[in-house]
Amino acid sequence: MDADDDTCAPITDEIRANGGDEQRTRRPIISGDQLDIEAYASLYSGRTKIMRLLFIADHCSDEKIGNPSMKLDALRMAYDEIKKGENTQLMREVAQKINGRLGPSYELDSVWCDTVDRRAEQKKEKLENELNAYRTNLIKESIRMGYNDFGDFYYSHGQLGDAFKSYVRTRDYCTTSKHIVHMCMSVILVSIEMGQFTHVTSYVNKAEQAPDALDPITSAKLRCAAGLANLEAKKYKLAARKFLETNPELGSHYNEVIAPQDVATYGGLCALATFDRTELKSKVIDNLNFRNFLELVPEVRELINDFYSSHYASCLQYLGNLKANLLLDIHLHDHVETLYDQIRHKALIQYTLPFVSVDLNMMANAFKTTVAELQKELEALITDNQIQARIDSHNKILYARHADQRNATFQRVLETGREFDRDVRSMLLRSNLVKHDYNVRQLRKL
Amino acid sequence: MDPLEALVAQIQGLSSTPGDIARLHVILKQADDSLRSESTRLSSVLAQLAPSEHSLGFLYVLDAFTSGQISKQQAETTVPIITGFINACNAEQIRLAPEKFVLVCKRLKDQVMMLEAPIRSVGPLFTAARKLQLSTEHLTPLHSDFLLLCLLAKCYKTGLSILEDGIFEVDQPRDLFLYCYYGGMICIGLKRFQKALDLLHNVVTAPMSSLNAIAVEAYKKYILVSLIHHGQWQISTSLPKYASSVAQRSLKNFCQHYIELANSYGTEKIAELEAYVQTNTEKFENDNNLGLVKQVVLSMYKRNIQRLTQTYLTLSLQDIANTVQLNSPKEAEMHVLQMIQDGEIYATINQRDGMVRFLEDPEQYKTCEMIEHIDSSIQRIMALSRKLSAMDEQISCDQLYLSKVGRERQRYDFDDFDVPTKFNI
Repeated sequence: MDADDDTCAPITDEIRANGGDEQRTRRPIISGDQLDIEAYASLYSGRTKIMRLLFIADHCSDEKIGNPSMKLDALRMAYDEIKKGENTQLMREVAQKINGRLGPSYELDSVWCDTVDRRAEQKKEKLENELNAYRTNLIKESIRMGYNDFGDFYYSHGQLGDAFKSYVRTRDYCTTSKHIVHMCMSVILVSIEMGQFTHVTSYVNKAEQAPDALDPITSAKLRCAAGLANLEAKKYKLAARKFLETNPELGSHYNEVIAPQDVATYGGLCALATFDRTELKSKVIDNLNFRNFLELVPEVRELINDFYSSHYASCLQYLGNLKANLLLDIHLHDHVETLYDQIRHKALIQYTLPFVSVDLNMMANAFKTTVAELQKELEALITDNQIQARIDSHNKILYARHADQRNATFQRVLETGREFDRDVRSMLLRSNLVKHDYNVRQLRKL
Repeated sequence: MDPLEALVAQIQGLSSTPGDIARLHVILKQADDSLRSESTRLSSVLAQLAPSEHSLGFLYVLDAFTSGQISKQQAETTVPIITGFINACNAEQIRLAPEKFVLVCKRLKDQVMMLEAPIRSVGPLFTAARKLQLSTEHLTPLHSDFLLLCLLAKCYKTGLSILEDGIFEVDQPRDLFLYCYYGGMICIGLKRFQKALDLLHNVVTAPMSSLNAIAVEAYKKYILVSLIHHGQWQISTSLPKYASSVAQRSLKNFCQHYIELANSYGTEKIAELEAYVQTNTEKFENDNNLGLVKQVVLSMYKRNIQRLTQTYLTLSLQDIANTVQLNSPKEAEMHVLQMIQDGEIYATINQRDGMVRFLEDPEQYKTCEMIEHIDSSIQRIMALSRKLSAMDEQISCDQLYLSKVGRERQRYDFDDFDVPTKFNI
């Protein structure tokens, strides 16, 4: 393999260039900019915007890009957003986190808090009275609306548990499938905010079983919610499938939960980590619907294409660049490492699959690591039985190894014979003992 | 006439035909007590009787003779008498009085241990066990004593020969426990770990209503031998379902240290394992298991090297030393060399480059020996299978079994219900 003919030269050049410099006519890889918080936050609305900003504020300090200004930016934007709403609990939290660093206009505004709390009390009383009135009148529709209003009220005040209970209570008063779907959507929203994804799955199923056909936007929303639930449950393959089935008409209609860029990122990464080549091609690369999403996040698109065409170095480089920002994402944070490891392993396995022997130096070049590191990684994969090969550590070559079926069969046969022999003998012995024991007891009784 | 003289005459006269021998047996049983009272004169009586013809009589007299306390010098004289008797006696005659025979042999064992020369009785007890057995599958109480003496005398190979017979019939469960336990120890001594594992497994999974010390000791050794031979031991899968419930519940409580040793082995960190062994050396020593424990530690190195054969084609000695946590390439070379000699791995060492090249198992399963081996295995297993069905049939005809099963069945079978007469034939 090292002594190349002229005829092989272009191919080997191509293989070598796999890890070489980027002289190709590709779009330059966008370097890992820091997350533009304004742009990021503008993708979302409602409570999730605040939670995401707070998450970024909490976590951007313990990342390698320890950037205090980003933290303060996030907190400032969170503060502004909370002020537009009615959640005094969150306001107190944010004010405490800001700790006066942003100046006097960002202190805990107790006047505002008190006003909001008083208004909340009044509203709550009013809602309660209305609800009681409706209940005595036993008008289903009004009771349902009443509970819904309660749910909305609790949600905007951050009392998620009560909101959940109120929404669930509307179930008894739902008459049309539209009501059911509406109830399910509200419950899903609250559950996602609470982080209880088991409820999400059950209510998504409920909504999908509603008798009337769902309009595309709602079904897209449900798919996203299901995808998120699977992601949290670490069922990456199912999550990928759900995200890939999402209709591009979703657009920005589900901004209170997820942005279309997220759909692309989550779906793309999970698919890359868990799908095999055929599925990757048919469901991701050739998927016209999903292409609309991928256009929004060109890095993910490039990275998937690189992986499929075996340009592993650039693929891994894109991944590395995206990593910092992905770690700040509220849903993906816990899964980034796992997904990255899986993608890397798949890349290694896919690289070695077509060859009988692989030069470890070239492979290390392709993956931009050292031979020693690569050897360790390969050793782990071989021990795990994911690669069928052996490493020639002296010459630094990986040789593919195919199990000898015939020998293996003989060994298994002999082993089975021995086991049968052993087991039956001890069984006969034991039965003899039992018989003896039993006889002794019987004789004693007689 | 002196009753003893009369007895001697009767023994000498009635030892020829089976009918006579049966009568003699009755007479001897009645004369047993009187024999015991005359123990001082018995040595001369013994001189008058020939062990090979008058075995039954000799046996009774011998039993009375040895029944008292025997001092060391007396043992010197009695041991040859007993061994002579065992070697010469007639198997059918002694089978009429097996308990006495066993008793005599046990006394032989005690005397020999008193004289601290266990090897003197290894041969005789071997013959004795063979003579007392009704068939080679029958276990006698002598087997366990024999194995114990083999262990004490370090004659492992003779012990192994009796272990090669499969045992299927057992009189006393306690015999079986001791037999399997000592047998296991002999196999460990000969490094036949698989057989040791089988024997110890039998002890541990035998039906028992209450825990006994033999099973506990056997369990400890079982854990250690599992680690050496299989390289793993899981407490959850250690006892199969057919082990007695007593064993499943309580055995592990007595073997805490060994279970922890197994857990630390499972972490694959040699330093931890060695540290654990260091701290608990005394406890292992008290159980006389320290040697085995040291072998367990050694086996860990072997297992790590074996794992390397799965991933590497060639590897430098330095790398082996690093991966397996040995101190130097020299040590690694020694370990690998030892393993190649023992046939545990297939490799070649290139000393010039300091490289080891791992090879595949050269067995191609194409030789005549292999075909013969497979053929004989098939025959053996077919025989075993026939035996299994024979035993099944035997039990289904067994009276006690049927009476128990009969009680538990329903009163009426499906076929017993009345059928209208016009359908009756």
